[in-house]
Amino acid sequence: MEIIQIVGLGMIATFLALVVKEHKPIFAFLLTVFTGVIIFLFLIDKIAIMIEMIEELAINANVNLIYVQTIFKIIGIAYIAEFGAQIARDAGQGAIATKIELAGKVLIMIMAIPIISVIIETILTLIPAAMGDLS
Amino acid sequence: MNYDVSLIFQIAGVGIVVAMIHTVLKQMGKEEIANWVTLIAFVVVLYMVATVVDDLFQKIRSVFLFQS
Repeated sequence: MEIIQIVGLGMIATFLALVVKEHKPIFAFLLTVFTGVIIFLFLIDKIAIMIEMIEELAINANVNLIYVQTIFKIIGIAYIAEFGAQIARDAGQGAIATKIELAGKVLIMIMAIPIISVIIETILTLIPAAMGDLS
Repeated sequence: MNYDVSLIFQIAGVGIVVAMIHTVLKQMGKEEIANWVTLIAFVVVLYMVATVVDDLFQKIRSVFLFQS
């Protein structure tokens, strides 16, 4: 029953943050960040198990491993960007949060470029007329 | 959960104690020292949080194959 641990941790941290926020809001904010990191660290072990399973499936299905790894990297970027953006938004810096999210989107797009180009090439080989135009 | 959850109580405790010290020093008229105490306590807590955040980032890098 790990969910009880996590919920209890979150509730205790919430109460403590409420108490501390009255006098020193900075410490309440750091407390929030710390709690978020602890919960994330707790979850990342489970995520690792899941990713291992997906990788095994991909190897069994003879999928090129580079594509799977790219997808994992994209998921990682999404997690980190979301984490940072939420912390920034919590601290009242909505503008910085939006920029972090923008950076995450751009970097994900850059990572996806090889996959997209492969898809476009595949589609072009399916259309003989287009290939004739290109060559 | 092998991470030090008691650090949460430490951070909250530091916050409350610093608030108390700040109030006492303000009553004594030592406003400047009170501000310095707050700043130093903030740096200490920030160090603790930064260590854990670094741990998290290293873990994400290793899990999501950023090392390769």
